[in-house]
Amino acid sequence: MEARQSIELDILSRNTDTDQYLTFLLAGEEYGIDILRVQEIKGWDNVTQIPNTPKYIKGVINLRGTIVPIVDLRLRFRLDPISYGQTTVVIVLKVEGEKGMRTMGIVVDAVSEVYNISDDGMKSAPDFGHAISTDFVRGLATVDDKMIIVLNIDKLLNTSVLEQIDEGVVASTL
Amino acid sequence: MSIDISQFLATFYEESFEGLDIMESELLNLDSSSVDDETINNIFRAAHSIKGGSGTFGLKEVSNFTHVLETLLDEMRSGKRKISQPAVELMLTSVDVIREMMKSLQSKLPLDQARINMVHAKLEEMLSGEEPKKSPEQQSATSEAIAPIIKTSNIGTSYKIKFTPKSHLFRTGNDPLRILAELSELGDMEVIANLDKLPHLEKLNPENSYLAWEIMLHGVVEESAIKDVFSWVEDDADITIETVSTSSSNAQDNASALTVDVISESVTQPEVKAASGERDNVNRSSVGQENAVSKTDQSAVRRAAPSDSGSIRVGIDKVDALIDMVGELVITQSMLNQIGEKFTLDKLQKLQDGLVELERHTRELQENVMRIRMLPISFAFNRFPRLVHDIGNQLGKKVELKLSGESTELDKTVMERIGDPLVHLVRNSLDHGIELPEKRRKIGKPETGHVHLNAFHQGGNIIIEITDDGAGIDTDKIRCKAIERGIIGENDNLSKEKTLELIFAPGLSTAEQVSDISGRGVGMDVVRRNINELGGTIEIISEIDVGTTFRVRLPLTLAILDGQLVRVGSETFIVPLVSIIESLQVKAEHVKSIAGDAELYRLRNEYIPVIRLHKTFNIESDSTKLVGGLLVVVEGEGRYGGIFVDELLGQQQVVIKSLESNFKKVEGISGATILGDGTVALIVDTPGLIKLSKLNQHSYSELSELSSALA
Repeated sequence: MEARQSIELDILSRNTDTDQYLTFLLAGEEYGIDILRVQEIKGWDNVTQIPNTPKYIKGVINLRGTIVPIVDLRLRFRLDPISYGQTTVVIVLKVEGEKGMRTMGIVVDAVSEVYNISDDGMKSAPDFGHAISTDFVRGLATVDDKMIIVLNIDKLLNTSVLEQIDEGVVASTL
Repeated sequence: MSIDISQFLATFYEESFEGLDIMESELLNLDSSSVDDETINNIFRAAHSIKGGSGTFGLKEVSNFTHVLETLLDEMRSGKRKISQPAVELMLTSVDVIREMMKSLQSKLPLDQARINMVHAKLEEMLSGEEPKKSPEQQSATSEAIAPIIKTSNIGTSYKIKFTPKSHLFRTGNDPLRILAELSELGDMEVIANLDKLPHLEKLNPENSYLAWEIMLHGVVEESAIKDVFSWVEDDADITIETVSTSSSNAQDNASALTVDVISESVTQPEVKAASGERDNVNRSSVGQENAVSKTDQSAVRRAAPSDSGSIRVGIDKVDALIDMVGELVITQSMLNQIGEKFTLDKLQKLQDGLVELERHTRELQENVMRIRMLPISFAFNRFPRLVHDIGNQLGKKVELKLSGESTELDKTVMERIGDPLVHLVRNSLDHGIELPEKRRKIGKPETGHVHLNAFHQGGNIIIEITDDGAGIDTDKIRCKAIERGIIGENDNLSKEKTLELIFAPGLSTAEQVSDISGRGVGMDVVRRNINELGGTIEIISEIDVGTTFRVRLPLTLAILDGQLVRVGSETFIVPLVSIIESLQVKAEHVKSIAGDAELYRLRNEYIPVIRLHKTFNIESDSTKLVGGLLVVVEGEGRYGGIFVDELLGQQQVVIKSLESNFKKVEGISGATILGDGTVALIVDTPGLIKLSKLNQHSYSELSELSSALA
C-alpha cells in the first residue's frame, strides 16, 4: 500500500517539471493551453445566441445536456473575424471561476500540436501593449524555434471580465 | 485504539432533530384528558435517545437539560404525574430550547444561556413544585428534580457491582475502560480487577476480554443511573448490582436537606419525606426504557428529514427501482447490439420493437430519477400542528388542524420554497379566518374552528389547499379599501373573483387592525410572488361566514416546465405557459404609441406595454410591423405585457437547464432547454422581460393612469 503510494508520488513529482500543452492557431500565432483543462475538441456547429451579450460570446451549445457558452477567441482578442471553415474547432475547456469549475468553449482557427514544456522553458511575457493583456498570458515558451503563447484561461474566461458588455471597458482591460 | 466519534456527530444531530420533531408532534397529539401510553412513550424514547447521544458526544449542556425533561416525562409515563396543559406547553418550549441548543452547538455559536437557564429552572420548578403524588408514603420525584445539580438523592448509598464481560465484548465495539470511566463520574469508586482468567501471554488472544471487575461505588447515585452505564453491554457481560449500605433514614434526611437548599420553601414536608425511595419506580420503568431506544432508532430511520446540507435521504425502494430500471436498459441495449451486429432487413421489425422498448425504459428511468428528488409533502406540513397550536393559543381561538394528502410527493426544491408562503396562508386563516369562540357560538358555529390542509395531484401539478371555516373575506371591504388606495376606480365593476384577487395587490390590507401575526393583504403580494416564482398560481374561494379556501397550484418539479414555443427570426424562445394569458392577432385600432417608440396595446379595458422581442433581445426578426402580427399576452408579478413574436410554434414540456452554471445570469432569460433536435432554446423570464421592456421606467400605477388618460 505504502509502496504503491510512493510510486504514485514519484510519478506525480516527475511530472511537475514538464506539463503538456495543447496548442492552437489564431491568426497565424500559436497559443498553448494546459492540456489537463481540455475536455474535448469538436467541430463548429450552430449555436444559440444569447441576447445582449458581447459579440465575442457566440452563444451556447448543448454538450450532452449541458449548456456551454462559446467564446470566439479571435473576437475576444479583437482580431479580424474570419468565416469559419474546415479547420475551425471548438475547444471545450474546464475553467476555474469564483463559483467553482465551469465548462466553456473557445472557437479557434485550428488545433496544432501537443507539446511538453518544462517550467524552466516558460518565460514571463513582455507587455504586448495592444491586443492581449499580459494578465491572460501565463508565459512564453519556445518549442522547435517557434514561440508559443501560453494562456491563462481562468483569467481569460473569467465571467466578471466577460460580463463587461461595454466594449470600452473590455478594451481598457485588454 | 480510540475511535474518532466526531464522524458520527453529523448523524447524531440529524437523528436528534428528527427526535425533536417526533417529540413536538407527539406532544401536540397529547390530549390531557385521555392519555395514550404510546404517545408518551414515543416522547420519552426520543428524549432518552437525545440525552444518551448528547452524553456520548460530550454535549453536557444538552444532556443535562434533557435529563430534567426526561425525568418529568418519566413521571408522566409511570402515571405519577398528571399530564396538564401547562406541562405540555413547558415541554414544547423545552423542545424548542433543545433544538436551539443543538443548532448553536452544531454551528459552533454561543448558547443562549439565559433562556436555557430560565426554561431549565421552570422545568425543575414543575418537577418539585407540583404534587406528583398524593399519599405521603409514596416516593416523590423531588430528588429527580434537582438531578442535574446533585445527581440524585441517595446520599451515602454504596453499591457493589460485579462486572464480568464475556470474552467477545471487544468485538461488539464496547470498551470496559470507557464504562469504568463513566461509572467513576457517578461517585467515588474502588475497583478491584479480577485477573484469574488472564492466560499466559503466548495464549492470549488480543481480541478477547479476560478481565472482570468488582467495583464499590459510593455516592449520590440511583441504581438506574448505574444500569444506564451498562445498558450497552448488558447482553455481553454478567452484571450484578447490589446495594451494600442503606441507611435510609439518613438518606432521607440528607435528601430533604438538599431539596430544601435548592428549591427553598416551595417544598412541603410530606413531599420531602417522599423523596428518597423513589428508586423502585424508576427502576421498573427503566427496564422498558432500553427496549424503547432501539425502537426510536428505527422510526428515526423511517423518517427522512430535509437537511440543510443539501443532501437528500432516499428511500431504498426508489433506489432499488432505479437499479432494476438500469438493468432492463442494459438488457435492451445488448439486444439492440445483437440486432445491429448482423443486420438484415428481415430483422427490421425486431429493431423497431427494440427501439420502442428502449424508449419506454428511458422514459421510465427518467421518471424514476425525478422521483429521487421528490419528498412527501408531510415535510412541509409537519410544522403546522405546532404553528396552529401556538397561534391559536396566542389569539385565544380554538382551532383544529386537519392534514390530508401528506404523502403526496413534491420536488425538494419546491418544498423548501413553498414552506414560507404556506405558513403565511395558514397564519392568515387563523388570524382573519377563524373567529373567536364567542363569535362562532353566536352565529351558530361550533366553537372550535377547523383549518384543513390538503395536498393532491392534478395533472402535472400539485394542488395545496388551505381551507378554513371562518368568517370569509368581505369583498365589499376589499372594494372600499382598493378604491381608497386608488388601486381601482370608483366606477369599476369587478367580478367577485377579481375583487378577491385584489388582496394580492401590494399594500392592501382588509384587517381593521394589523396584528403581529399577519394582515390579510399585508404580505399577500409577497406570497403570490413567491408562488409565481415557483411557476405556480394561487386562487381564492371565499364565502362570507362559511370560510375561505386558498388554492395553490404548483408544478411538480422545477426542472420541468410547460412552455409555449415561439419563433422570432431564426431563434426559438420558450414562454412559460403559466404566465401566458392569451395570444392574439394585433388589430391596428388597438395600438397606441406614446413617447415615440413605446407602444401600448389596448386589451379590452386595459393598456399593456408591447414588448418587441427582436428589439429587447437585439435579434433579427421576420417582421417588424406590429399590425397583423402576433402578441403573446403575459403576466408576471402582477404586471402585464404583450410579447410580439413572429410565429407561435407548439407547446411542450421542457427540461430546464441552468445558464448560470457555466455562464451568467442574462436579463430577461430564466434558463435554457434543449429541443428535440438537440439545439438550445432560451426560456423567457416573464417578469424580468416586462421589467426590461421599454416601459420599465413607468410604474404600474403610472401606466394605469396613462391608460385611463388614453381611454
